[in-house]
Amino acid sequence: MASQPERPVLLTGWGRTAPTAARVVRPRTAAQVAHALADAGPRGVLARGLGRSYGDAAQAAGGTVLDCTGLTGPIRLDADRGEVTVPAGASFDRLIAHLLERGYFVPVTPGTRQVTVGGAIAADVHGKNHHADSSLGAHVRSLTLAAPTGEALTLTPDGPDAELFRATLGGMGLTGVITEATLAVLPVETSYMRVDTDRTDSLDATLDLMARTDADYRYTVCWVDLLARGSAMGRGVLTRADHAGLRDLPPALRRAPLRHRAGSPLAAPPWAPPGLLNSWTVGAFNTVYRGAAPRRRRGEAQPIAGFFHPLDAVRDWNRLYGPRGLVQYQFVVPLGAEDTLVRIMEGLSRAGAPSFLTVLKRLGEGTGGHLSFPRPGWTLAVDLPADLPGLGRMLRRFDERLLAADGRLYLAKDGRADAETVHAMYPDLPAWRKVRERVDPDGVLVSDLARRLRLL
Amino acid sequence: MRDSVGTVRTVLLLGGRSEIGLAIVERLVREGAREVVLAARGGVAEPPGALTALGAKVHSLEFDATAPDTHTATVDAAVALVGDLDVVVDAFGVLGTQSDYEADPAAAARAAAVNYTGHVSAGLAVAARLREQGHGALVVLSSVAGVRVRRFNFVYGSAKAGLDGFAQGLADSLHGSGARVLVVRPGYVPTRMSAHVDPAPFPATPGRVAEAVSAGLRSGATTVWAPRVLAPVFAGMRLMPRPIWRRLGR
Ligand SMILES: Cc1cc2nc3c(=O)[nH]c(=O)nc-3n(C[C@H](O)[C@H](O)[C@H](O)COP(=O)(O)OP(=O)(O)OC[C@H]3O[C@@H](n4cnc5c(N)ncnc54)[C@H](O)[C@@H]3O)c2cc1C
Ligand SMILES: NC(=O)c1ccc[n+]([C@@H]2O[C@H](COP(=O)([O-])OP(=O)(O)OC[C@H]3O[C@@H](n4cnc5c(N)ncnc54)[C@H](OP(=O)(O)O)[C@@H]3O)[C@@H](O)[C@H]2O)c1
Repeated sequence: MASQPERPVLLTGWGRTAPTAARVVRPRTAAQVAHALADAGPRGVLARGLGRSYGDAAQAAGGTVLDCTGLTGPIRLDADRGEVTVPAGASFDRLIAHLLERGYFVPVTPGTRQVTVGGAIAADVHGKNHHADSSLGAHVRSLTLAAPTGEALTLTPDGPDAELFRATLGGMGLTGVITEATLAVLPVETSYMRVDTDRTDSLDATLDLMARTDADYRYTVCWVDLLARGSAMGRGVLTRADHAGLRDLPPALRRAPLRHRAGSPLAAPPWAPPGLLNSWTVGAFNTVYRGAAPRRRRGEAQPIAGFFHPLDAVRDWNRLYGPRGLVQYQFVVPLGAEDTLVRIMEGLSRAGAPSFLTVLKRLGEGTGGHLSFPRPGWTLAVDLPADLPGLGRMLRRFDERLLAADGRLYLAKDGRADAETVHAMYPDLPAWRKVRERVDPDGVLVSDLARRLRLL
Repeated sequence: MRDSVGTVRTVLLLGGRSEIGLAIVERLVREGAREVVLAARGGVAEPPGALTALGAKVHSLEFDATAPDTHTATVDAAVALVGDLDVVVDAFGVLGTQSDYEADPAAAARAAAVNYTGHVSAGLAVAARLREQGHGALVVLSSVAGVRVRRFNFVYGSAKAGLDGFAQGLADSLHGSGARVLVVRPGYVPTRMSAHVDPAPFPATPGRVAEAVSAGLRSGATTVWAPRVLAPVFAGMRLMPRPIWRRLGR
């Protein structure tokens, strides 16, 4: 039986901003998940993965949180069908290592390997290939969901309960606990990427280059410098890539083309003084980072880990933001709403927002998940220190701009938006609620995010 | 629930007409709080315009500090109105006059019940709820008067000393529960309560107290002084020889 410690545990998201206490249990089997759901107290139950959502999505104050990282077991690759069946608690780190060794890759990966399969489906995560391949949900062939009613449901994109399948993609754990999933996999010849890099000198140049050349590559992303002044604001380093074939590799690498070295990460200091990351230190970092990037380079072979997950090289880097933590603001605006994108970037720049992680990307088609974030348009993600003066007010102003431009915020990153704003951004919320009421009639599933945004 | 930029949504004020309490609530509403419960004797008939003008929804509840049997019910009623309590401000109290208390011991005991035992039952009732919900902050209006009790106002001061100690113990009991207590030690603040006494050095205004509370809630402090200089001042006062301390006027 899963152990049931009596003392509550304080939980936060990756941003380490708003701790709340919950009883944490660690189920190891689907049966133990079902038992924990049946055992729910008045403050509800919620699944948690590796806690890489930034805000309050994976915490449930006063309730029971199921640490789903115990849901492990064998990973089963079916090469004939081009799919893999994984327990929901497996990390992408483990899954990617397993697949690469056998000449396959995950269909979508977020910017860190330290997420669980369940958490990734619950947020319907997107990667650098969204414009070409959509988000993870488009590649989920089936999933097993432990519903609060005690049933174990097998859901597929066009099976009898396709509605519940859709509600679960991006459903932030509020439709049930995912215990296993089958994902389509991508055959690869090597564990390297063939990368083209370009440095741009202005925001216009950045947007223009992305709009013109995205379609030529499977993976694209742009790191942008918001602290640069004047016309240099929004200059960036654009990287675009495809999986490298055997012939793309220099001879030295061809001998072990599928070698994957995730490496053990360097640890950030456990304690950082408040204000370590300010507009001076981050401005200097940006200048150095950009300067280190080539103005133009073609066909460079980069290991998968370095290309997709550079931040995984430093463990606990979120602690660099000090005791008050960090907020990530990520939104998407439709194509054609570049004006809103530019205005928000200018606002961040004017505020001297010390973001050393500012990422711009074009998104393609969504998956139909009711609460799934991605939709065609531009998405910007910025990391900001939570104690930046006036941060709350500034972000509320940005929210208003987003609403006017039919944009939306990413729930997996949010910890501060208000309910009305998010309701307006997700028009499928009422339909999602109907599905949810059917699977969770007693309102067992709940999260701090759901309470704050009145999603239920 | 406090959000990632430190904004709260709901606030309960015990002592719903307290000038300092309302200044704190107003500050929290300016920063984004949306639902306010004012708990006072006989309720609060007219929601303060300052709060409604800022867009807050204001509710009123009956609350009497001298009726400890009702305190849990008051907390439950507040939860029924607004849901989880993000911040509870405990701001009720009476100052009175030391010479009157010395002439009327029963009146002194009644004041002590408002200034000390009322906070014990209310504080424990609030703490139970915050522990259950796994988050939230209780802001307790202590006073420098309790830091070292003076002959000049020892009935009031001793109750504040008791309250201050109670609040610190309560804070420790909540450690790890997700809930916390912020002890506030203002000096002299010109309000209705202090209108009949002479101003003391290092005064603050209700607004300044509110500012200190807001900063303390954001930074995770356990104690705030208003103004801040009172912390070192009272560290010195504690060392003052008793014969001199005894003769201090105000
Ligand atoms: C450095 C970094 C880079 C990132 N890059 C990207 C990116 O490029 N693209 C992107 O889309 N996201 C990105 N993210 C966000 C991250 O991918 C998502 O927040 C993801 O959901 C985290 O997975 P997790 O296992 O940590 O889940 P948690 O954060 O623990 O939980 C997230 C949500 O999933 C639910 N959940 C968890 N497990 C289950 C389960 N078994 N069943 C049902 N629900 C469950 C939780 O209830 C919660 O609502 C990034 C995060 C970090 C820290
Ligand atoms: N002002 C200062 O100089 C100063 C300095 C340090 C600390 N403090 C403390 O700060 C807190 C707020 O003071 P303030 O200056 O805002 O004074 P205030 O405006 O007089 O507020 C005190 C409130 O307590 C309420 N109260 C008194 N007896 C009560 C009872 N039996 N039941 C319920 N409520 C009762 C009063 O309610 P009614 O409206 O019904 O009378 C009043 O609204 C107090 O705890 C005080 O001790 C004040």
